[in-house]
Amino acid sequence: MPTKTRAASYTTGSDQKPTIHFPAEHAERSAALPTVPNAIIECKDVNVYYNAFRAVTGVDLSFGSKEITALIGPSGCGKSTLLRSLNRMNDLIDGARVEGSVTFQGEDIYHKEVDAIEVRRRIGMVFQKPNPFPKSIYDNIAYGPRVIGLKASNMDDLVEEALTRAALWPEVKDKLKQSAFGLSGGQQQRLCIARTIAVKPDVILMDEPCSSLDPIATSRIEDLMYELREDYTIIIVTHNMQQAARVADRTAFFTALASEETGDRTGLLVEYDLTKKIFESPADQRTEDYISGRFG
Amino acid sequence: MSTLTPVGGSALLPGRPAVSLRSNRPRHGETFVRFLLRVAAILTIVITGGILIALLVPSIEFFRTVSVFDFLFGDRWAPRFADASFGVLPLVTATAWTSGIALLVAIPLGLGAAVFLSEYAKPGLRKVLKPVLEILAGIPTVVFGLFALQFVQATVFRGLFDLDTGAFSVLAAGLVMGVMIVPTIASISEDAMSAVPLSMRQGSAALGANRMQTTVRVVFPAALSGIIAAIVLGVSRAVGETMIVAIAAGGQARIVTGPLEQGQTMTGFIANAALGDSRVGSLEYDTLFAVGLLLFLVTLLFNFISIRFVRRFREIY
Repeated sequence: MPTKTRAASYTTGSDQKPTIHFPAEHAERSAALPTVPNAIIECKDVNVYYNAFRAVTGVDLSFGSKEITALIGPSGCGKSTLLRSLNRMNDLIDGARVEGSVTFQGEDIYHKEVDAIEVRRRIGMVFQKPNPFPKSIYDNIAYGPRVIGLKASNMDDLVEEALTRAALWPEVKDKLKQSAFGLSGGQQQRLCIARTIAVKPDVILMDEPCSSLDPIATSRIEDLMYELREDYTIIIVTHNMQQAARVADRTAFFTALASEETGDRTGLLVEYDLTKKIFESPADQRTEDYISGRFG
Repeated sequence: MSTLTPVGGSALLPGRPAVSLRSNRPRHGETFVRFLLRVAAILTIVITGGILIALLVPSIEFFRTVSVFDFLFGDRWAPRFADASFGVLPLVTATAWTSGIALLVAIPLGLGAAVFLSEYAKPGLRKVLKPVLEILAGIPTVVFGLFALQFVQATVFRGLFDLDTGAFSVLAAGLVMGVMIVPTIASISEDAMSAVPLSMRQGSAALGANRMQTTVRVVFPAALSGIIAAIVLGVSRAVGETMIVAIAAGGQARIVTGPLEQGQTMTGFIANAALGDSRVGSLEYDTLFAVGLLLFLVTLLFNFISIRFVRRFREIY
């Protein structure tokens, strides 16, 4: 694992990279990173740029298979950006560029022969704001299987199975032909989760999936995540620390650091460990400050 | 019982008088603007109604002499002959040919351009291409008409391909009219597609859909009402276009049976006859308005059909 050597690389960036000066203590930070057994996605020295702006700097992070990993940290710390780089959703953003390596089951997802569409089929995503299609509930679920040409012997069964897994079936089984826009926000988000499950991915990325939901809807989604963990790897970005503490097996804490020269903020990983360790005895002072509400 | 003293600003901000929430000065400007806006809205409706009446009155006069059936289904159009005949079918067939050919060109090209601009082109390229496209929409139609007559019909059809056709053809007029309509359809449907939230495209991409699938299955249905509006506007422009067909389609009102034939369209007839010396109140004069009314009704019909179609199929986001 690259540890101390990386500290140097921050300050010796080439011309196009903004130079950022880090306090000396950063050199030590990743030494404490635990190795994740059975990792499914591994990031090595990942930098994400939006044109010349570096949003995420030098992230080394492994995500355990069939675990829930939470990414937490203040706004602008690059956690959502990092999340989107895990299934190449950043490809859709003009000027976004990823450096370093992101591997899925050992294969570099940014390799030039890798098909981003296939990557996204294996690594699905649930977004911050529920974004069902303006179609019927049934068609929302059937959309994914149809576009990827999944050979479902019976689409009705597949739709029912996905909705059942997402704990939505009892509420919608009598109105499958109605527009998904008639559902409440929480139901729409569970529909989006069901839609993702329907294409049978290995990993589900969740970008603050509960930020627009009330506490009851939030708690249902959390229960659902816990159940889905048996079959899926879940990586969730959240602003809600209690949520991370409740659902995540491991938690990664990010922070935003401003460059002394340009003032541009870039995100970097501060600490990554078992959730219990992060919340009860964090190794880094900044993590403790954030967890205890003194900062961020 | 104690007297209630109003809690004014003075209580909250010492040294300030109590404030009132009542309006303390009349807003004449706003009243005036509201009046102007109302006049503008009403005027639009009144003018449209006026045009309709102006069309209807001579048309009714016309149909006192010629029966509606003879007008709509007669196949000989010879309003100025001694042996006059008022069957409008020849004009209708010519309009159908030119408009049909134009739409066959304009709808695929226009929608293709819209999809490219909205879904595939990088923002920089879009910024350059869209204004260029809209400039095309600003070319005077008389220029298109000359282009159809001199270049497409004379140089290409007769010269290059040696086709069996005269000086005019509905094909040349239709093709060029199609090119003229492309920007209208492209620009309006591009607006409609761009208005579909990015989150829908992201949701689709996250499920493993490629760009074309996302466009066809998510963006298109969501933008349907705008796209249909664009096509209907295209149809209206094709049916109502006058200069190109007057110049390049021909001037003899005969039933058109093939694309290389010449033909006089409804608008072509009106343009020609209106330039003539038909006396106000004469049958020939009224004929113009009857054809105009038919034109108006055809466009109206397309509008109605499209509204029904959109209500039935669009996906509201």
